[in-house]
Amino acid sequence: MSKDPNFIFNQTPQVLQKKKYCRFKKHGIKYIDYKDKDFLLKFVNEQGKILPRRITGTSLKFQRKISVAIKRARHLALLPFVADGLK
Amino acid sequence: MSKNQYETVIILTPVLSEQQMKDAVAGYRGLITDNGGEMVHEENWGLTKLAYPIDKKGTGFYHLFEFTAEPEFIKAFELAFRRDERVMRYMTVSLDKWGIQFNHKKRNGEMKSSTAKEKKAEAHGILTSGENEG
Repeated sequence: MSKDPNFIFNQTPQVLQKKKYCRFKKHGIKYIDYKDKDFLLKFVNEQGKILPRRITGTSLKFQRKISVAIKRARHLALLPFVADGLK
Repeated sequence: MSKNQYETVIILTPVLSEQQMKDAVAGYRGLITDNGGEMVHEENWGLTKLAYPIDKKGTGFYHLFEFTAEPEFIKAFELAFRRDERVMRYMTVSLDKWGIQFNHKKRNGEMKSSTAKEKKAEAHGILTSGENEG
């Protein structure tokens, strides 16, 4: 145990993180196409699970749209429900 | 009665020959137009590999219909798919104004120049930063 209970907060981060932003808001993208398999792959991990907002930086509004688009793509067998080594 | 714009993707069994596939598609096109629908766009993706097997088949003929129709028609349209053994999977989506705009732009080739490229470039940027974090 360290003496200072807040030791983890007092450390300065090694690399300053770039600020995350919502790419849909930035570029004014209004519609997410469920047929665009390659684009949807960016929001999915290698097991085919949808990535959380805290990693991609997507705003809530578009995260909902992404999740619907991915689920539609799964239904049409464009994306797998479960996979191994998708990337 | 107001019409909505819909987009339907069907997956036909790979067992069919090219001609049989075209006949099936023509049948559904007829069904849309006979019921007061109007075809907006059609796309044939040909024999495509599936992400997972459906009915023990690894591939399927994808076909996309974009059309305007009355909401009541969709029920009958999907019933026809359910009755048809040639159709492995189907999905109908009603398009909002952004969806209509997107499809229109995509068809006219306006996508590739601006947003699509940006989308791709941005996505790469985010993914690499995500990896650093994890």
